[in-house]
Parts: sequence; C-alpha cells; structure tokens
Amino acid sequence: MLLFLLRRIGLMIITALCLTLVVFYLTNLPAKLETLAKTQAGSRMTDVEVENWLSRNGYSTPLLVRYGEWLGVLPGWVQEADDGTVTGRCVSLNDDPEQAGARCGLLQGEWGYSTRFAGTVSDVLSARLGATGKLMMWVLIVMVPMSLIIGVLAGMREGSRTDRSLSTVAIVTTATPEYVSGVVFIALFASSTVGLSPLLSSWGWIDGRVLFQGNARSAIESITISNFTLPVLTVALYGMGYIARITRASMTEVMTQQYIRTARLKGVSFSKIVMKHALRNALIAPFTVIMLQIPWLLNGVVISEVLFSYPGFGWTLYEAAVNNDIELLLASSVVAVVVVLITQLISDIGYVYLNPRIRIS
Amino acid sequence: MEPLSWLEILARMAQQLLPVWIALVAIYGLSIRFKLKLGLYGKLFDSRVGMIGFGIVAFWLLTALFADLIITHDPLGQISGMRNKLPGTPLARPDDHYAYYLLGGDSLARDVFSRVVMGAREVLRIAPFAAMISFMIGILLGLPAGYFSGRLDTGLTFLANLVLAFPVILLFFLLVAPEIQDTLIPVVMAGILFLAPILFVTILLNARFFTQPSKRNLYVGGVLLVGAWAYIGLVFDADPTGLWSMSPNLLNVFVAVVFVNAPTVFRIVRGITLDIKTRDYVAAAQTRGEGPWYIMLWEILPNARGPLIVDFCLRIGYTTILLGTLGFFGLGVSPESPDWGSTINAGRRLLTVYPHAALVPALSLMSLVLGLNLLADGLREESLKD
Repeated sequence: MLLFLLRRIGLMIITALCLTLVVFYLTNLPAKLETLAKTQAGSRMTDVEVENWLSRNGYSTPLLVRYGEWLGVLPGWVQEADDGTVTGRCVSLNDDPEQAGARCGLLQGEWGYSTRFAGTVSDVLSARLGATGKLMMWVLIVMVPMSLIIGVLAGMREGSRTDRSLSTVAIVTTATPEYVSGVVFIALFASSTVGLSPLLSSWGWIDGRVLFQGNARSAIESITISNFTLPVLTVALYGMGYIARITRASMTEVMTQQYIRTARLKGVSFSKIVMKHALRNALIAPFTVIMLQIPWLLNGVVISEVLFSYPGFGWTLYEAAVNNDIELLLASSVVAVVVVLITQLISDIGYVYLNPRIRIS
Repeated sequence: MEPLSWLEILARMAQQLLPVWIALVAIYGLSIRFKLKLGLYGKLFDSRVGMIGFGIVAFWLLTALFADLIITHDPLGQISGMRNKLPGTPLARPDDHYAYYLLGGDSLARDVFSRVVMGAREVLRIAPFAAMISFMIGILLGLPAGYFSGRLDTGLTFLANLVLAFPVILLFFLLVAPEIQDTLIPVVMAGILFLAPILFVTILLNARFFTQPSKRNLYVGGVLLVGAWAYIGLVFDADPTGLWSMSPNLLNVFVAVVFVNAPTVFRIVRGITLDIKTRDYVAAAQTRGEGPWYIMLWEILPNARGPLIVDFCLRIGYTTILLGTLGFFGLGVSPESPDWGSTINAGRRLLTVYPHAALVPALSLMSLVLGLNLLADGLREESLKD
C-alpha cells in the first residue's frame, strides 16, 4: 500500500510539472507578452520598444529558465541600470537589496502580481478560493444525496415504472449543460417579467419581485436561499445525472447477486435487503465517480460563476484569461491542476480501500 | 397587423419546417418497413427510447440540411424596429420580407428563429466530424496500446492521463485564444490530428488487401490521393479547388475539441482491446499467422463496435456541449456567428427582461444532446440483446 502510494504521488508530481510547463508555455507566448507590454506601458509602442520593455522586465531569457524562476528552483533575474538602480524578479519582494538574486517563485510562496485585480496573486486567489469552496460545499450537499437516492431508487427494481421515469430524469440532466440550465433557471425564477415570479408575486406568495435572484454577488457577504439557490442548482444538476446513472448501474448489478436472492428466499423484507445488504456494495462505484466528478464540476463552477457574477475562483480564472493577466492565470491553472490530481489520487486510494477484492491482493 | 398568438406561431413554424416533416416521415416509413434487413439500425425501431432519440437527432440533422429553405429571414440581417421584440411580432414594413419574427428579435434586431435554424447547421457541421476524428485517433492509439501492452501502453496511457488531468475549460482558455492563431501551434496540432484519419483508412485497407496487391494499390492509392487533397485544404488552407477549407478560427476550435475528446476514446478502446485480445478468435488469427494490424482492425475492432457506437453518439452530444461552452465564453467564433453557444452568450445580458433570445438556442441545444443520449441508450439496449 505504501509503495503504491509513493508511486502514485511520484507520478502525480511528474504530471503536475509537465502540465505547468505546458501552461507556462501557452501563457508566455510572444504574442501574449507583447499584449502585456502594451497594456502595461502604453499601447502605441513600437516593436523595438516592446522588445526593450520585455528584456528590462526579465521576459527575454529562454522559456525554460523563466519557468525555473517562476517555479522557484532557479534564482530570479537581476539587472543593473546605468544609474546603478537594481531591478529584478525578487527585488520588490525583499526589503534587502542583497537578496535580489535569491530564488522567489511558486515554491517560496511568491505567486506574482495580478494586473487585473491590482494585488498579489496569493491574496486574490485565497479570497476567491474561499468563495468557491462555499459554492462547492453546497453543490456537493445538494448533488450527492439527490443523485444517490435517484440511483438507488431506480436501480433497486430494474425496469419498473419508477426506474424508467427516474432514468429519464437522469438522462435529461446529463443533456443539460450548465449554461443551458442556468439560462432556463434565470428565465423561470429570476425574471420579474416572465416565468413564475410575476405569477407568484401577484398571488402574494412572495414578498419581493422575484423568487430567486439571478445575481449572486451579494452571496459573498451573506449566503441566503434567495441569492445562492440558482448557482448551486445550476452546477449540481449537470453532475447529478451521471452519478445517478452510475449508482443505478451498480445497484442493478448488486440486486442480481446470489446473496440478495438468498436473503429474499430467507424472507427478509425488501426494504431491509436494500438498506442492509445491497446499499453498501452498491456505493463503491459511485464513490470513485463522485471524486472524479469534482474536476468536471470545475467547468460548471466557471460557467455558473460567470453567469451569476459570483466572484469566486471560476470567475477569477475567466477574468484572468480574458484580460491576459498572465501570473494570475498561471496560478489559477496550478490550483486547478492540483485539485484535479489530488481528487484522482483520493479516488484511487478510496477505490482500493473500499474494495476488499483489490485491498487483499 | 396583430402579433401572433402562441398557437399561430407554432403552426407557422411547423409550416416552415415542412421539408423536415416530409423527410422524417419518409425515413421512418422506410426504416420501419425494412427494419428486419437493417441490422442494428433496424433494431433501433423496436425500442421506444431509441426511436424518440433517433427522431430528435434526425429532426435536427434535417433542419440543418434544409436550413436554407426553412429560414424566414437572413440570420445576419437586421431590420430596424425589431430589437428585442417578443415572439410573433409583425414587421412594421414587411415589403418582400416574411411578415413576422416568429420567435422574436434579438438585441441586434435579428430574427431568432432563423438564427437558431442556421445555428443547427453550424453545430452539426463541426460536432460529428470532431467526434469522428477523435474516434479515429483513439482507435489508432488505443488498439496497439491494448494489444501490445508493455512500454508503448505505459507511455500512451501517461500521455492520455496528462491531457485528461487538464481542466477542459482551462485548456479552452489557453488553446482557443486569439494570440495562439499567430503561432504555429494550431497548424502543427491540426497537422498531427488530421493525419490520423488518413493513416487509419490506409492501414485498414492495407491490412485487409495486402495479399491482393493490385486491389490494394488501387484502394490505398485512391485513399491517399483524396486524403492528401483534403489534408492540404484543411490544415494549410491551400486547396487549389477550394472545396476543403477551414478558417483559422474554426481550425483552432476543431483542434481543441478533438484534443479534449481523443484521450477518453483512447482509454475506452484500450480497455475493450485488453478484454477482447484474450478471446479464442484472436488466438486463431494469430495461429493463422495474420499480422498484428489485421488482427487489431479486422478481428478486434468489429467485435468492439457495440460499445464504440454507443459512445460515439454520446460523444457527439458531449462535443456539442463543448462547442456551446466555447461559444458561451465567446472563444474562437466570430461574434456574428449564429451558433447556439454564442447566441446564448449574447442573449444572457438581457435575460431577465427578454429571455427568448437566449432561451430558444438553449432549449435547442438541450434537445439535440438529449436526443443523442436517448439514441445512445436505445442502441445500448438493443446491442445488449444480441
């Protein structure tokens, strides 16, 4: 088990290095750096001026060297101007000018400066990640129980009417990407002219003009049902169908096993069979799927946060990409990649741990 | 003139879609009549789910095909005074235009109905082909990985996992950026990705006919000729006849979508190959002295077709969703384009006041993906019955 774990972690680190290198290359393309120079130092620069600006700011060294500097394994670049002022990657970070050539990168905790939000990347990201953490927590609280219940109810009597209608629900949700369900939800619940809200408000059932709000910006201060329901539902719905289908498949398989038949022949009641005999074995497969679903949720989180203007991690990623905020985009990518890799690792370990057939061998 | 009621709008839309209804009835009539002779496709008409799914997919395919006949207005044309008008609003001065905006106008006074119909063409022009190329790449790499195992398998699996560990949305932001088009990356990637179909067909035919050199030379030569023609046109945009061409924008989108899909197909094919290669008929072919590519492409692949066809349907649906995501973030398509994703994006700003401009393409996209999922379900059910 320990060897397995070490090998997995080693592979994970190699993967992370490869992926960050790709991201670094793609965000540091010459065209993007040129855009950066023009947004930072005036849009009417000539090509020579752009080149000068780039070399003054340490962007003219080879890509791998810059990657090393950014990662923090190579010392940061240092330049001395004609008048003796020293500039460098690490100068502004340290008060001590002697430290100008020290290593300062990801590993030292220096994530860079965000041009879009005018602050250090680590400050921006930690605030946004907290906001997204709340969103994800509620998404999981809604999604996991709902999908497991749907899957188990559908799978315990294969081919019954419950099974057919619940399976249809599951298929419909997998066919509804977040940007569709979000749009439908807003039109249905969050519009004061169409959908349900005008009806409900004319009947006097709701106090405000709309049932739920279509903008979740106020959820940063305080989360209420009114401002958080729609973003959470939007993300949860798309993932729900898939988990429900996996649970259903796993449940139907378990229900045809010999020991279930034995229990039925013994005269154990159906509800007891489901609760005591089937459920535990049926939930191994969904567990891995739920963990693997988290990276997929990231997609939904970005879409939902942009659609409902909820300033979380996804929204930040979008803003960084749109505004060519290189260091923020890099840092966000690292976070995203690490989240994906860690969930994969947990799902692998969990699968081995939960499944006795693999654990013993 | 009075605005139309919902019933009249539906009736007029049905009238515009007349060519689609006729073709649908013809397809269903013929298919049900000859369903016993049509193999898996015929069996589809035994399952209700499959039939509904096939109906929805066929509806959108035919709509895309007959789009020129169906549209009531130019999808890019603006008519003054029709901005954000509700469905069924009559034109102030119809002149020689169709007298109504059946599904209303968008924020630039264009006809939503015509744009959705044309959007179907945009989506269905890319999604199936992207899925197909992903499949050919996945098969071409997955078969040897599963069949030979060993170091080749380890390397390819690592690469596939590398791509899969990339959050899709991040890949899109990085790969479909306008700056990327100035570099060689899309062309190089397209050069590699589009090589796969040509290689696939060449190896397929060569493995089958290498004992009959005259036939082999004819087929392989023909494939290579057509392949090279399409390849030059698609990758380098240098086809002299102009039949095959792809704008740099579209190429970029295409490459990104294929890149995201291919590793998943690779994993599926590899898994199935690992299972099938232990069967007796594979051992028999090996004893006969058949070459590895013959065994992979003509013994293993046909026996893996069930799950692959099902996944192909699902993958077209997923590709449609991905294309919509790209459009939703305004990546890689021109803002004028009537494709569903960018229409939803354009419509979401006024969503709470005039929802129809975003709602119509959203529901269209959902119905197409739903149809593909139902079709896949029906196919799975029927192929398991064998």
